[in-house]
Amino acid sequence: MSKVVVVTSGKGGVGKTTSSASLGASLARAGHKVVVVDFDVGLRNLDLVMGAERRVVFDLVNVVQGDAKLPQALIRDKRLENLSLLPASQTRDKDALTEDGVGRVIDELRESFDWIICDSPAGIEKGATLAMRFADTAVVVTNPEVSSVRDSDRIIGMLDSKTRLAEGGGRIDKQLLLTRYDAARAARGEMMTVEDVLEILAIPLLGIVQESPDVLTASNLGCPITLHNPGSPAARAYDEAARRLLGETLPVRTPRPEKQGFMTRLFGKRAAA
Amino acid sequence: MSILNFFTRNRTSAPVARERLQVLLAHERALTGGADLAAVLKQEILEVIARHIPIDRDRVLVKLDRGEQVSTLEIDIEMPDEALAAAPKVSTPKAAEPKAPARRRRSA
Repeated sequence: MSKVVVVTSGKGGVGKTTSSASLGASLARAGHKVVVVDFDVGLRNLDLVMGAERRVVFDLVNVVQGDAKLPQALIRDKRLENLSLLPASQTRDKDALTEDGVGRVIDELRESFDWIICDSPAGIEKGATLAMRFADTAVVVTNPEVSSVRDSDRIIGMLDSKTRLAEGGGRIDKQLLLTRYDAARAARGEMMTVEDVLEILAIPLLGIVQESPDVLTASNLGCPITLHNPGSPAARAYDEAARRLLGETLPVRTPRPEKQGFMTRLFGKRAAA
Repeated sequence: MSILNFFTRNRTSAPVARERLQVLLAHERALTGGADLAAVLKQEILEVIARHIPIDRDRVLVKLDRGEQVSTLEIDIEMPDEALAAAPKVSTPKAAEPKAPARRRRSA
């Protein structure tokens, strides 16, 4: 049975696309057939983050409108053969998508993939509602920051009311992926802790990805971090999140701040380095 | 941490963020799907008053203060004396007189 996952957040810039690409790559590396679908019509970026920007011929809108067949639009990843990408259109806008059309594409993807990861655009408009519409489970990407948490709360409300599963009386699985977490700042009381965010949003935790320069390096190079730098803490966090998505019970370790020496504490990191 | 705040530990901001969110979201969750409660209340209260007294809509002040336990909706309506004098006298029916709340009786 294939699973449709929506990666969503409400707020922009919290790491939806990075997380979609990284989780997709982790699942594919674990041997599953994965497709990552970019729903950000007009502002596509998943192709760039996955390093396939020069291979886009047809896109989601072409398939929805019947101008291209699904296999023509799918781009197979060069590094992992069971990872594919369905890019969004860059020239159209979200109105080019219809609910029926998206439903047909998702049904067709279900026939050949185990995991269909829908990378939602920011906002709560058509693009975002269509990305979540047919999902079985949701990954809510949140930064430990007030506007991101508020928007995530709004999105959780929409997942519980606007998805097809919810309308049919079912309950959509929602899990929190906390990204850009800085354990040192949280320990100093400058950033909400994992517990704070969990208490407010009250959904299970899928994983914690710490703020890391490795994430930017990976997107600079157009390679999901789980493939580019598998040993990095961020990649390990995504790998573990993917294993939890697969149903493994794996405790989430809350990152602790690195021990700082007396000189670092006195003069700051740069001075001591 | 720099040398300055090594000696002067300032108040942390994360607990403030958490508390603000908890208060805000409690209200937003209650309102999901519905219209803005404050706006609806203002409209309906003004309609009731306007039935008896002519009021100037520009001289109405609405303030909403959301607290953790209690929220207050403050509606300030300016009523000119001539408008009050012109208003018809309304006799209060007995049933509309405020009753003591049941809760208080039980505790007594």
